[in-house]
Amino acid sequence: MENNIFELQYAIDTFYFLVMGALVMWMAAGFSMLEAGLVRSKNTAEILTKNIGLYSIACIAYLVIGYAIMYGGEYFLAGIESVDVESTLKDFAGREDGFHGGSIYSGASDFFFQVVFVATAMSIVSGAVAERMKLFAFFLFAAVFTAIIYPLEGSWTWGGSDVFGLYNLGDYGFSDFAGSGIVHMAGAAAALAGVLVLGARKGKYNKDGSSNAIPGANLPLATLGTFILWMGWFGFNGGSVLKLGDIANAHSVAMVFLNTNTAAAGGAIAALIFARIWFGKADLTMALNGALAGLVAITAEPSTPTALEATLIGVVGGLLVVASIVMLDRLFKIDDPVGAISVHGVVGLWGLLAVPLTNTGATFFGQIVGAATIFVWVFGASLVLWLILKAVMGIRVSEEDEVSGVDLVECGMEAYPEFTK
Amino acid sequence: MKMITAIIKPFKLDDVRSALSEVGVSGITVTEVKGFGRQKGHTELYRGAEYTVDFLPKVKLEIAVDAKSVKGVISAIVSSAKSEEDGKIGDGKIFVSSLDDVVRIRTGESGKEAL
Repeated sequence: MENNIFELQYAIDTFYFLVMGALVMWMAAGFSMLEAGLVRSKNTAEILTKNIGLYSIACIAYLVIGYAIMYGGEYFLAGIESVDVESTLKDFAGREDGFHGGSIYSGASDFFFQVVFVATAMSIVSGAVAERMKLFAFFLFAAVFTAIIYPLEGSWTWGGSDVFGLYNLGDYGFSDFAGSGIVHMAGAAAALAGVLVLGARKGKYNKDGSSNAIPGANLPLATLGTFILWMGWFGFNGGSVLKLGDIANAHSVAMVFLNTNTAAAGGAIAALIFARIWFGKADLTMALNGALAGLVAITAEPSTPTALEATLIGVVGGLLVVASIVMLDRLFKIDDPVGAISVHGVVGLWGLLAVPLTNTGATFFGQIVGAATIFVWVFGASLVLWLILKAVMGIRVSEEDEVSGVDLVECGMEAYPEFTK
Repeated sequence: MKMITAIIKPFKLDDVRSALSEVGVSGITVTEVKGFGRQKGHTELYRGAEYTVDFLPKVKLEIAVDAKSVKGVISAIVSSAKSEEDGKIGDGKIFVSSLDDVVRIRTGESGKEAL
């Protein structure tokens, strides 16, 4: 009888993991639509090509070596295809807390859940470097990022390994539930390095240093993309509880859904009101970024805050993102067409720092050490990689190609060929 | 015969059309146009960065009329295209030019008969 219950627990936790992973996979669609909406129409087909390309590259690269680097095990996932029912049942019976003990689920479902996170981190980069980067330079970066750069920092955090054998983040009380830092800030760090090497889009900044707006082509798509990301985030955070199969954990998953949703709502409202007061108009794109900022902010710890605390964490994220987007643009001349560095980087850091406010197991010192470790490694390694790619093959399209649009140059097609100009 | 060309604000088109019907105008040609006059362009903000809209959308009306109807048509346009009581910069302009001839394609009539 007990074995039957264990089999059911295995089944439900594996099923839960797979469904959550499928939701996160759908975030790739969200990023695609968001980015397609915020670039100009002449660069739409190319950004979509980047998105399906990077997702697929991430899946393969993580399968080949990334997962092994991050969590151990064999290259090419060797051995993942077999399951030993008898020994799995023994593992269940041997758990200290029995039925309420640690989650045991299919190793294949674990890989599936982890691999879609890698793709999410990489998706963050594509928006920031949009409209001017060479397609295949980007793909080469994606392969190295998802095979090595991300899995290494993942091994130091969720993987529990020492950072180059020097220290262990766990000793300092570092905690990042679903990846405000490990996934989002890491993606933003790689994006920032890319934008610094790449430079701004032609026409973005005037000689006197003032900034020009380059409005996105399709705000309905950008809005759809944001809602898709919002939905996918339930899998991102909800799945990171790692177990559904007992009362405490099932409740925790429900609480994570609730907090994730309310943080996004708080972020959207805060950004919308802030933009309305600052600019005099209700800037839709800021409201969209605000919702995403709320989501990024709560991702580091969606399980311990109360509903009110979660809302406020999202609100702060929404305010931060508007200020950060304008500052990066006006003061630092960092041209980020979709606001990815602000949404995932600046707010990702806020998410990490907010963890000790509600989770007594984390410390501010640990969060700062963790954030610094992730940023220094991902930014540094990405910068070197971008510079190598620049020297070897060039990462930027020619000025003429940039003006005519990368759709025709890179893909030989337009996203909307029947629209008259 | 005169050709009256009026540039008006797009949202006034329906008012102007009915005012012209009341003074007996039997046909107008309408085009969506862009341009600037004293109103100039204006600036908008997108994600906190300014951009200028140099040319504003307007509607152009072309009306061919008999010389003796010119005054009535002009005052109909002026009163119906003016925004609010005293009007605003950007309400538009009316140009009057002489018209040498008019031909109705269906019948071949020309001159006043074709109006």
